Amino acid sequence: MLTKQEEFYLLKKLGRKPNSLEIDMIDAEWSEHCSYKSSKKFVRSLPSRSKRVIVGPGYDAGVLDIGDNDVITVHIESHNHPSAVEPYGGAATGVGGVIRDIISMGTRPIALLNALRFSSLNAEDNTSKSKWLFKNVVKGIADYGNCIGIPTVGGDIEFDESFRDYCLVDVAAIGLGKRDEIISNHAEEDDLIVLAGNGTGKDGIRGASFASKLLDDEDRSAVQIPDPFLEKLLIEATIEATNSKCINAIKDLGGGGLSCCLSELSHLVEKGFEIELSKIHTKVDDLSPNEIMISESQERMVYIINRNRLSRFQEIFNKYSITHSIIGKVHGQDNLKIHFQGKLIANIPSSLMVNAPLCNRKSMKPDYLKVLKQRMNVDKIIDYNSVLLRLLANPNIGNKRWVYQQYDHEVGLRTVIKPGANASVIKINDNKFISIKLDGNSKHCYLDPYYGTLGCLSEACRNVVCTGARPVGIIDHLQFGSPENPQIYWTFLKSIKAIINFCKYMKIPVVGGKVSFYNETMNSPIKPSPVIGTIGLIKDRYHITNNVPINGDSVFILGQSSEEMAGTEYCSLIGHTEYGNVPKVDLETDRKNNLAILDLIQNGLIDFVHDCSKGGIGTALAELAISGNVGIEIDLQKIPNSCSRHDFLLFSETHSRFIIGTRNTNSVKKLLRRKGCIFSEIGKVDTIEILNFHYSGEDIINLSVKDLNRSYNTMNQLMD
Amino acid sequence: MGVGIVVFPGSNCDRDVNHVLNDVIGLNTRYVWHTQKSIDEYDALILPGGFSYGDRLRAGIIAAQSPIVEAIKKKADEGLPILGICNGFQILVEAGLLPGALVRNDKLKFSCEWLKMEVLNVDTPFTNLFKLNDQIRIPIAHGEGRYIISDDKLKELYKNNQIVCKYKDLNPNGSIDMIAAVCNEERNVMGIMPHPERASEPILSPEHTKSNARLIFHSLKNFLSSYTKY
Repeated sequence: MLTKQEEFYLLKKLGRKPNSLEIDMIDAEWSEHCSYKSSKKFVRSLPSRSKRVIVGPGYDAGVLDIGDNDVITVHIESHNHPSAVEPYGGAATGVGGVIRDIISMGTRPIALLNALRFSSLNAEDNTSKSKWLFKNVVKGIADYGNCIGIPTVGGDIEFDESFRDYCLVDVAAIGLGKRDEIISNHAEEDDLIVLAGNGTGKDGIRGASFASKLLDDEDRSAVQIPDPFLEKLLIEATIEATNSKCINAIKDLGGGGLSCCLSELSHLVEKGFEIELSKIHTKVDDLSPNEIMISESQERMVYIINRNRLSRFQEIFNKYSITHSIIGKVHGQDNLKIHFQGKLIANIPSSLMVNAPLCNRKSMKPDYLKVLKQRMNVDKIIDYNSVLLRLLANPNIGNKRWVYQQYDHEVGLRTVIKPGANASVIKINDNKFISIKLDGNSKHCYLDPYYGTLGCLSEACRNVVCTGARPVGIIDHLQFGSPENPQIYWTFLKSIKAIINFCKYMKIPVVGGKVSFYNETMNSPIKPSPVIGTIGLIKDRYHITNNVPINGDSVFILGQSSEEMAGTEYCSLIGHTEYGNVPKVDLETDRKNNLAILDLIQNGLIDFVHDCSKGGIGTALAELAISGNVGIEIDLQKIPNSCSRHDFLLFSETHSRFIIGTRNTNSVKKLLRRKGCIFSEIGKVDTIEILNFHYSGEDIINLSVKDLNRSYNTMNQLMD
Repeated sequence: MGVGIVVFPGSNCDRDVNHVLNDVIGLNTRYVWHTQKSIDEYDALILPGGFSYGDRLRAGIIAAQSPIVEAIKKKADEGLPILGICNGFQILVEAGLLPGALVRNDKLKFSCEWLKMEVLNVDTPFTNLFKLNDQIRIPIAHGEGRYIISDDKLKELYKNNQIVCKYKDLNPNGSIDMIAAVCNEERNVMGIMPHPERASEPILSPEHTKSNARLIFHSLKNFLSSYTKY
């Protein structure tokens, strides 16, 4: 619903009273979901330039030059509200939407990733929807991605009580194309406008507005219905038509349906459109013009084509049996004119539609942050073994095989490093690879939105660096509760500030992103949940680390471990959640350590490298022992740290740390010394399959790899 | 001339098979769109994996009704080597070119994982370069890959040596007797659930080592070259 001020602004700009169709169109386009009215001015200040960025953040995918005329397109979207109501269809259509953004650039989608958030999987709590949501979201993503033949290569999953009766479903997609073949999105007077794909129906009516308010009623007609088979045909037909030079401009239909698509496209090509709604193919006969304009039926695309290319275009779309209608033509400079059976029923300048009046929101430091404890008061633990096993059993840390085995992660013959590792690596050609990882940490972001977000950035980059890749682009998805709440808006601003500071310092551009507000149920808002994606580039196949510990490797740690326990998985395990010192990223150390790791990898000096994040050193080493099915023995005394206790040292989540394994100890030491890094040789890999941490001759942790593995697979057991 | 890769609406491993045959194995290929009537010019046909017609009704059944399948049946009778991979296997079964049926995995969910299978018949156009009981490291990716067949017919399969590969150590989908690949009595038509094209390049295997799965395509090449000689 438009606010009073927006209605007044519209009246003034239009110079007359808008009719009901115009109001519906504006309502969709001016929804928070489509207009970014609460975030636009801040999102604009994100650093988005580098010599690689061809198209920065905008309506569709960002475009990144990766050399030799190759470009990748990247985009991230969420489908939170629909998935919380109808998890299967909501998640599936989320995949479909982000894929259409990639094909809108004329590039072929080559990989999908997702970041999912649910409340805890508590087997005893039968009032929790969590397991049902989790199961169906994963199945929705799997069924859609598998059918269209795009591999789902990685992801990030977090379980936290703030997502109770809700969920976040973020999907990212990568496309690959040639620089000189990407769609330039232009239009000439009298070009034809074609709508192709699914018939327009009653599904997804007012979806954009539904996503722009709190989730208080379960409005199922606002959720869309997925058809991955049709999407697959649209992908092939669009790529064939692009290669046949049939297309001047493309835009997919997402939130806000035709209203948003046509106004944004008209604005993008700087031309007016004349549209005749009775030409549109529909699923049912009784659609009103208003419904046609705001329906969010899936698997639809709009193409602008030159009249001379129409027959070739139709030949291609007929080959794939895709229904398409010529719905109008390009005419004039700015106005979007909608006709129904010859009668003009709406006439609005697209520049007015796409430029919603921006909101000035109030911001205020949240009350909960003022009462956080600054001092830890935790009983001494006796049984470190059981703590480590319980941490590994925590689904935030444990193995996610149950999830990624449901995704076809191999199709396309590009998946070099598969899901479940630090970051995924995708082959572009025999000597060029990209690495990608999504990361988030709502516990840290809740306790400190600035340093929490900085930590997500640091972690996503660190994971990509672990594969041997240099970060070249960042995507962000900022998910918060209502921006009308000043305390929530404050956390959003802190999060944006962290991205700006990090990206400026590291000189990594933001190439795409999305803001999603109103992530609240009647119970409460979600914790601030930015999801960060890092894209890295590897230019030599021998620089990809295989990351399997080998018997005889010396184990090193790079980086200083500090007592930064707030928001750690260990603190939530022991129920200590109101303490306030989250891990703080030191940007210079972070950069230095990342560069040192890349140097080690490029010089072929290491056998494995693993980042320390959720669960700290303890779980990082357990994961390594499990992955190589080897024993690892660590002397805690040798770890550079400022922690007052063993448990803090083992489970602190300080950033900028790596565990390294090498057979070239002297060369590694020399290189790290030359780089000025804090590091230490802390242990050895051996064949006895036991993970051992000791301190002055006393065993602190001593566990068989078999036991570690059993705990690590707890979630898989629970879900199977 | 060369290998025809039959593409149905919704096939999604056609480009992968094409890449491996051309760039790894060194076989010429041509895509064959499902509406094409004449398929006389091919030395062999491959039906790649994917979701033909979105797996509607059940995997492979709609594609099995397309006109090209009639032409494929004729070619099968004439002895042309025909390989169905994953959805291609499902189509060949639905078309009646291979015995048995493929139904939903026993755990009722899609599974993508690397596993091992064992070669039990080395006398086919697709396995002639293997030794009996060779093990192959290879990935699967399917939701409807559980092979079933009646007891009588199963006995026949054993009698005629039509079971070409079985899963080793772990049954990923509940297939009867761990069956992963079967052929017809004449041995020229084979269906396989795992994806050999995904294991034909070392960099794509989890250990980044050479897998012998590519010998399935090399066997075809070997078969075709000896065939031409006669």
